[in-house]
Amino acid sequence: MLKRTALFETQAALGGRMVDFAGWEMPVQFSGPTQEHMAVREAAGLFDVSHMGEIEVQGPRALDFLQFVTTNDVARLQDNQVQYSMLTNPDGGIVDDLLVYRINHEYYLLVVNAANTDKDFTWIQQQSGPFNAEVHDTSAGYVLLALQGPVAERILQDLTDHMLDRIPYYWSQRVSIDGCECRVSRTGYTGEDGFEIFSSPGNARHLWNRLLVTGQPLGLVPCGLAARNTLRLEASLRLWGNDMDETTTPVEAGLGWAVKLGKGDFIGREVIERQKREGVARKLAGFVVEDRAPARDGYPIAADGQQIGSVNSGSPAPYLKKNIGMAYVPVQYAQPGTPIEIVVRGRSVAARIVEMPFYKRGRRFD
Amino acid sequence: MANTPEDLAYTKDHEWIRAKGDLATVGITDYAQKQLGDVVYVELPKPGDRFEATEPFGSVESVKAVSEIYMPVTGSVVEVNESLNDSPEQINEDPYADGWLIVVKMENPAQADGLLTSAEYEDYIKAEAGE
Repeated sequence: MLKRTALFETQAALGGRMVDFAGWEMPVQFSGPTQEHMAVREAAGLFDVSHMGEIEVQGPRALDFLQFVTTNDVARLQDNQVQYSMLTNPDGGIVDDLLVYRINHEYYLLVVNAANTDKDFTWIQQQSGPFNAEVHDTSAGYVLLALQGPVAERILQDLTDHMLDRIPYYWSQRVSIDGCECRVSRTGYTGEDGFEIFSSPGNARHLWNRLLVTGQPLGLVPCGLAARNTLRLEASLRLWGNDMDETTTPVEAGLGWAVKLGKGDFIGREVIERQKREGVARKLAGFVVEDRAPARDGYPIAADGQQIGSVNSGSPAPYLKKNIGMAYVPVQYAQPGTPIEIVVRGRSVAARIVEMPFYKRGRRFD
Repeated sequence: MANTPEDLAYTKDHEWIRAKGDLATVGITDYAQKQLGDVVYVELPKPGDRFEATEPFGSVESVKAVSEIYMPVTGSVVEVNESLNDSPEQINEDPYADGWLIVVKMENPAQADGLLTSAEYEDYIKAEAGE
């Protein structure tokens, strides 16, 4: 039985085409992936991401515990600040990637991938004993909306007295939106400015409808999972399960910046420290196909007459109007400019390793 | 609603054909292009290639997926719509005219008579959409 968010009926009534995603029945698209993708780059899009998991960690030693189970330095966070991080296993493999919200020094909120919520909760709880930390899966208590795009702030500002321009990138605040108590963070998974809005499921329909009505004159459209995927790929944001998993490490995935060795011990430290010092044999690299044929997930990659990997994430990029992708390749092929070949249904097409991110938004505010 | 011209024959895989003597022009239906969304790439066979009825002969790709296209009848390709290489969006804009895919020389033109009429195809897509 597939799970549904509090917005299932609302989205189905709007024409959302529902598919199974990580055990959830979610809209893959409304008006179409390309239109939705472009709306987010040029105006704004609204996504229901309530399927994502929320895990709360509390206790006097919550900080010490999170330092041990996550890779980033949680001690750098102030109240209401947010941090990108990973859970790693003893081999340095990535159990999941996540956002860590510091509510206060004894209370943290972790936002994890929908597909991994149960696994992460079990994993975190198993490690929590020595730290006496309280760990709760509170996913059912949240609706989570993502309002993304260059006009996201203008739309949301119409519905609150809170000065949103005082919430910097990767910070959050408790904000009342049209009478609904929310936590709003300036975060997202699209490469655009925007917000993620947490509230209780009872507020879901009111918030969704008010945001859509308020944003419509500015170009806001409801968006599905297909646009979410192409937006994150264009911005070179990794997707757990495609671009990283328990067999790949943060260093290989190009996420070494979210690992802080100076903070002390954490699970997987030994392997990651060695890889940072000595280097790795393969790396996640970005490529652009020099052909009209899109590269898709799983297509083989060849160079010098042999297979060197396969596509982890590949798609046409609607804004860049190029066929792009990410793949693990041996480091000698990971340099920007290196020619590779993608095997598309038996035919080799030319591609080239490029610098990531593929897309970076212009600075609009300063 | 999807447009289904009465002078064409249809398959359950959402291709259409327009038969004239032993030649047939083949494309994908308006319903199919709407389901796919914006077509960004089309892969077609070469003139001379031969396919059995129901065999895949190429693919149409949108941003999110690759869809195979299937031969409505047995025959050899005599012409390919090369303009789709530069303008695959013609499949969305005009699926029954500029968006045609290939012309086939049919080995058994009677096969075309066994395909769905526009009324039958309309019933079929209504049932499919209603699932």
